[in-house]
Amino acid sequence: MRITVTVDGTTYSDEVEPRTLLVQYLRERLGKVGTVVGCDTSNCGACTVHLDGHSVKSCSVLAVQADGCEVTTIEGLARDGQLHPVQRAFHDNHALQCGFCTPGMIMQAIDLLAEDSDPEEQAVREGIEGNLCRCTGYQNIVRAVRDAAHEMRPGAGPEAERVSEATMGTQAGVHRS
Amino acid sequence: MTTAAEPGQEVGKGRLRKEDARLITGRTRWTDNISLPGMLHMAVLRSPMAHARITNIDPSEARQMPGVLAVVTGADLADKQGSLPCAWPIAEDMKSPDAPSMAVNQVNFAGEVVAAVVARSAAEAADALEGIDVDYDELPVVLDLEQAIADGADLVHPDLGTNKSATWIFDSAEAGTGGPVDEAIASAEVTVERTFRQQRLIPAFMEPRSVVVDPTGEQVTMWSATQIPHILRLMLAMTLGVPEHKVRVIAPDVGGGFGGKLQVTPEEVITFLLAQQLGRPVKYTETRSESLASAHHGRDQLQKLTIAARRDGTVTGLKVELLADMGAYLRLVTPGVPILGAFMYNAIYKIPAYHFACTNVFTTKTPTDAYRGAGRPEATFAIERMMDELANELGMDPLDVREMNWIKHEEFPYTTVSTLTYDSGNYEAATARAKELFDYDGLRREQAERRQRGDTVQLGIGISTFTEMCGLAPSRVLGSLSYGAGGWEYGAIRMLPTGKVEVITGSSAHGQGHETAWSQIVADKLGVPFEDIEVLHGDTQSSPRGMDTYGSRSLTVGAMAVLSAADKVIEKAKPIAAHMMECSPDDLEFANGTFTVRGTDTSTGIADVALAVFAAHDLPDGVEPSLDSDATFDPENFSFPHGTHLCAAEADTETGQVRLRAYVAVDDVGKVVNPLIVEGQVHGGLVQGIAQALFEEAVYDESGTLMTGTLADYLVPSAADMPSFTTDRTETPSTTNALGVKGVGEAGTIASTPAVVNAIVDAIRHMGVNDVEMPCTPMRVWQAIQGGAQSAAGPGAEPGGGMGSLDAEGGAR
Repeated sequence: MRITVTVDGTTYSDEVEPRTLLVQYLRERLGKVGTVVGCDTSNCGACTVHLDGHSVKSCSVLAVQADGCEVTTIEGLARDGQLHPVQRAFHDNHALQCGFCTPGMIMQAIDLLAEDSDPEEQAVREGIEGNLCRCTGYQNIVRAVRDAAHEMRPGAGPEAERVSEATMGTQAGVHRS
Repeated sequence: MTTAAEPGQEVGKGRLRKEDARLITGRTRWTDNISLPGMLHMAVLRSPMAHARITNIDPSEARQMPGVLAVVTGADLADKQGSLPCAWPIAEDMKSPDAPSMAVNQVNFAGEVVAAVVARSAAEAADALEGIDVDYDELPVVLDLEQAIADGADLVHPDLGTNKSATWIFDSAEAGTGGPVDEAIASAEVTVERTFRQQRLIPAFMEPRSVVVDPTGEQVTMWSATQIPHILRLMLAMTLGVPEHKVRVIAPDVGGGFGGKLQVTPEEVITFLLAQQLGRPVKYTETRSESLASAHHGRDQLQKLTIAARRDGTVTGLKVELLADMGAYLRLVTPGVPILGAFMYNAIYKIPAYHFACTNVFTTKTPTDAYRGAGRPEATFAIERMMDELANELGMDPLDVREMNWIKHEEFPYTTVSTLTYDSGNYEAATARAKELFDYDGLRREQAERRQRGDTVQLGIGISTFTEMCGLAPSRVLGSLSYGAGGWEYGAIRMLPTGKVEVITGSSAHGQGHETAWSQIVADKLGVPFEDIEVLHGDTQSSPRGMDTYGSRSLTVGAMAVLSAADKVIEKAKPIAAHMMECSPDDLEFANGTFTVRGTDTSTGIADVALAVFAAHDLPDGVEPSLDSDATFDPENFSFPHGTHLCAAEADTETGQVRLRAYVAVDDVGKVVNPLIVEGQVHGGLVQGIAQALFEEAVYDESGTLMTGTLADYLVPSAADMPSFTTDRTETPSTTNALGVKGVGEAGTIASTPAVVNAIVDAIRHMGVNDVEMPCTPMRVWQAIQGGAQSAAGPGAEPGGGMGSLDAEGGAR
């Protein structure tokens, strides 16, 4: 099947097998190897990307389901040499060790902050529950996400990540401050 | 919490990590990211049977499938694959079966490789596995440790005539380090006897293992998600008979290990052989399910302990009898893991008589091997549980019993009953700090109140005053334990003409932050900026020698080699600097990167010397034009970090639900190079140890099939399952290395498991409970309350039984 997908700002048109997972398409066809595979049961969240602005586990989405969609991966967050505030907060708070879960964790954290611009500790813990980390014990990840929340300003991050008032209504947390 | 560093001093500063830049942007080099021209993909077929003879394999259909270049079975590889190495024959009469990478005639655990396909794409290789037909003739499974060594037991390896691999004994009376333990027990005023189950765990590193082999160059290059590129290279050479100098191994970015990637794997060997056979690069990446079923597991011991004491609480003897599950084969260090525990059961205590005996047992399960702590968490769990049980027997506060028996700070250095000499420690200081942060007395009062009013939610306080031995290890000690290698580490410094520095280390980081920490250390030593240092590791071509990373050894051994190399750089630079300034080398002082003529303001920087050496136009006679230096460091002793961990757990007596209310960890890891990294190691370690107490267990069914074969069943905790921790440090420098540092990688994992289980037992002890088997699921806790006085096997043992036993919403409702 032919699909057309915009990934990190570039539009691709490809023939894919119907069984191809989005994460396989990203890694094997597009060379977007920043997004990784950590399990085969969608428990670990390492493959989390944004599909039309919302986080998905890209191992649980078929490539054909992304036809006509916009995908943002960890590789598309930094623009013009500027890290996304969540990326910077992960660095500043030592929220990663081996770094394998980090791309998925950051993508999920951005999604969480779009819904709740200033989450309490427990809300962060529950918001990233679907992303496993074996190194950090999560404490610094939680700290990083809350730190990023305080750093983020309206319109922070690249355009693809911005959640407009129109689509999110009063839930558009990133615009609240 | 962070240590204030002196201005200009890097060591001690909470430097943000150099490693992060690529990891947070997805510019990563995981092995599975590697793609080479002409690269093929391998998939492997694994046995669904735990124990069976292979009567026939028919790969003919697979060979016809599209894109398939090769299908091989054990018979095809039998002559070439050798036997996977075991580097730790703990006894001369140790029984060790052949360990083929691909099973030839018989499979001995479910998940063992029986065939492999190489195809153009990973999908085509996976598809072709369907075309391989294997006939098995089932053999009886061997799953239970005690039954495995009973008379007439079915045998995993009938050729060996027994399921016992080896028995290893340490006895203080024989060693002359203490008295005979049986006399101590016979004459004791109090004895307590307990049997604990160390359940089987799975390391579950986040990055599944992956390997790429490129045979097209002069050297065959292997990229592997491994902790041990150097050992792997040597073992490939020794296992396959390929010349060592024709093999290069690279560990690129590696996504966690925890001991789980301290291995020479069947898949590495098979990929190597098939890439050589086909003359093209081949990649193999395991699925998570394959990883859980076939990558080595950890723990899995039955621990029987007897402690003897006087009524006043003084411990007079300790006897430890272990059965340790090897699984089906002896992997790289499988037999030695439980033996490492032998030195740790006496822990921080002065125990006058000690006996340790461990029998290693084969079963038809996945082989066990190193997992974070490796032998030491098991020992620490058992002794810390016993100290609580002894305190209960004596009606004493468990902290008081510990203090009565531990080595006092003024008694260091102290040689223990198990022959180790602890160089330094201050258990009083760490405990005092932990009690203060925890409000120990306040929580004890609350506990008493809740008991009194019969609250349905009971509070328990768990203690773990742990130590561990790390920095594996002085070579002479390893030699005395029959380990197959030394315990040294290699380091080198390359001074570039522009004054920049390349640091080469034999340590092989996979998340530990060596690039940052080594840069801090070298920056101080050579007086060059942190940013001007590049750390090279994990490639046998750039880092030619090494013993790699495990056993909390990198800082205490690996960084010492780097430091030593830096000393040599300064020594080599000194006569050249003297020549440049026309003075005697004896008149020079070196500080902050500058040689100064004593008593003058004449000076020259080390970068200037590096440039002068590069030009080599005007050097003293007989001086070689190079500052580059290397060093190999062999530690004189282990390092002995310690700490006091206190856990407050609430147990809902109606549901068995456990909630961790507070956790305080005060660790003493000596001097600290980077407090941020240390704190991160502690956090992560704590969660792995707590996960053993509450969630994780590799469960097999009665036919030997792993029931926890996905991350939906094997419960690696999420953020929502964990509380926040209060961490702090006391600082008693190690006296056996130049920086005064101790290891930290395993401390949290070693300490936390008994703290949590002690807290749970303490919460419900008044209901007649003296143990809850791990993981302490709500079902098991509830069952223990109902049945009292016994460990609660049975209900709750099913996979997923640990689900939700720690709901951060709270059992306190």
